[in-house]
Amino acid sequence: MSDGDVLAVAEHRRGELRPVSYELIAAGRDLAADLGGDLHVAVIGGDVDSFAERVNRAGADVVHTVDEGEEFNHDVYAAATTALFEAVDPSVLLLPNSVNGLDYAPAVATRLSIPLVSDAVDLTVADDLVVTRETYGSKVETTVEATTPAAVTIRDAEWPSVEDPGDATVEPFTVDIDAPSIRSTVRGFEEVGAGDVDIGEAEFIVSVGRGIDEEANLELVEELADALDATLAASRPIVDNGWLPKNRQVGQSGAVVTPKVYLALGISGAVQHVAGMKGAETIIAVNTDPDAPIFDIADYGVVGDLFEVVPELIERFES
Amino acid sequence: MKVLVTVKEVANVADDFEIEGLTIPEQFLEYDLNEWDDYAVEAAVQIAEDRDEDVEVVAVTVGPERSEETVRMALAKGVDRAVRVWDDTLAEAALVGPTAMARVLAAVAEAEDPDLVLSGVQAADDGFGATGVALAEHLEYAWAAVVNDLELDDETASVRRELEGGVEELTSVPLPAVLTIQTGINDPRYASLRGIRQAQRKELDVRTLADLGLDPAVLDDDLTLTGLARPESESDATLFEGSAADTADDLETVLRDAGVSAE
Ligand SMILES: Cc1cc2nc3c(=O)[nH]c(=O)nc-3n(C[C@H](O)[C@H](O)[C@H](O)COP(=O)(O)OP(=O)(O)OC[C@H]3O[C@@H](n4cnc5c(N)ncnc54)[C@H](O)[C@@H]3O)c2cc1C
Repeated sequence: MSDGDVLAVAEHRRGELRPVSYELIAAGRDLAADLGGDLHVAVIGGDVDSFAERVNRAGADVVHTVDEGEEFNHDVYAAATTALFEAVDPSVLLLPNSVNGLDYAPAVATRLSIPLVSDAVDLTVADDLVVTRETYGSKVETTVEATTPAAVTIRDAEWPSVEDPGDATVEPFTVDIDAPSIRSTVRGFEEVGAGDVDIGEAEFIVSVGRGIDEEANLELVEELADALDATLAASRPIVDNGWLPKNRQVGQSGAVVTPKVYLALGISGAVQHVAGMKGAETIIAVNTDPDAPIFDIADYGVVGDLFEVVPELIERFES
Repeated sequence: MKVLVTVKEVANVADDFEIEGLTIPEQFLEYDLNEWDDYAVEAAVQIAEDRDEDVEVVAVTVGPERSEETVRMALAKGVDRAVRVWDDTLAEAALVGPTAMARVLAAVAEAEDPDLVLSGVQAADDGFGATGVALAEHLEYAWAAVVNDLELDDETASVRRELEGGVEELTSVPLPAVLTIQTGINDPRYASLRGIRQAQRKELDVRTLADLGLDPAVLDDDLTLTGLARPESESDATLFEGSAADTADDLETVLRDAGVSAE
């Protein structure tokens, strides 16, 4: 039987721990306290000793180091996490809801026959583990209860980052991974999305989303960007459609921007978009849907039709 | 070669939706083919078009009769035939988590024995983002998640995985494999009129869990839906109201105060 322990697996890429690692410690230590157990943190691959030192932060009781490989490989991660889970026997397995987290968490949960709830934004303990997540494009909040042991992936930036040093014991952990079980080969990395402009440097941004409806309508927002002397950016669907180049995409898989003003036109405010623009000084949203999540982070908003508001704005700024 | 594509009819909530208990009443829901699956369907059809050998593309969905409309769209775009799984047990389940859903899909995949399975990265409504990889594990196939570029030879899928921050990971996995497909990987076609007509005649088999040799207990995934709510607004935004001209006046003030067009 599980005894209230929590096992969290840190994430790193190309020599750097990713920030979600420290957020996992925050989520994990609260849970472990509620469940009356310990927080175990694992680092898998790379420079495990230095990673172990860095994740040794307040709340971590044990840090397990698995010295297997350099970069993330989901077959290694799945095997190591499964073995650690069996050794630690935790009530909750906490993983990041990152692109790599989603590349092994479902396999681990399936292998262990434990329930998986992904993309948690809140976690509490009642009789069962109570997980809050967002559905229907963040317009609905859903609560799901999972019996333990359970696996949960946590959304980026929903928990604070634990900064205080900890006093965990560091324990090397050896896994027997048989070679044929490693089926995927990571051949390397490539940076994409560079180009004529760096929207990350822009002071004023006019950003357009699927509300623009048709490629031909882009002219309207280009005109506005010109009138405001602002840089034009976009949400992902505009780039997926090939209407604007990749270097104009704001978000998790695009650029992170920190302008003085971010004017979002017809953008719903999906979490992956917000990841790229929440650091803007002033966020202004124009959206027909009063429930659009973009209004949650906006400083100013107009619930209205961009095709009516934008021409009026152009008029006021045209020289 | 055989390619299996998993497709889901997803629900979008209307602008003024309401919640009743643990459900959103039908009149507030609009249904469509999941955006990510549209790209997966296109990727599958392109494989069939590009390869010299015969490639059969089969779509599988878990959904009620209504979802056949969505499945027919996939057939109209070039999928050869489809399987729809549904029965009372599925209809009555308030929540089927990703590992249980993957178990159901795995039963279809085991019968079809495909070389390649393409899923969407996530479904737009539930957003678990986990079904494809769980399916791979059930099948003991190799896999890759969040794929935005794909090259295929007889034994290997060479893919790019789209990581955060404009970084792509170049990965190879041996076939058979499950790939979860990211939007933007291709340019999904519209169904032609001819395609839509042909789709009406294509095979669309309906299967129950029992037909697939599955016990209803496969849906017991230790997850219970306990709450559905509108999120409390965290907004402290100043909202401007009135005509377009009035709101533009207000926006102008905010923009000029922030230094736009200062010279
Ligand atoms: C792994 C992964 C990575 C991702 N990375 C990114 C990323 O980097 N960047 C990104 O943006 N997305 C990313 N996404 C996609 C993201 O989940 C959303 O699908 C996307 O951000 C939605 O874009 P949107 O807001 O333009 O479109 P929608 O969500 O469709 O929103 C359109 C909005 O326009 C409004 N609207 C419609 N008509 C009008 C009108 N006339 N006037 C005013 N408003 C109108 C609607 O009310 C709606 O709110 C990623 C997803 C995944 C799974």
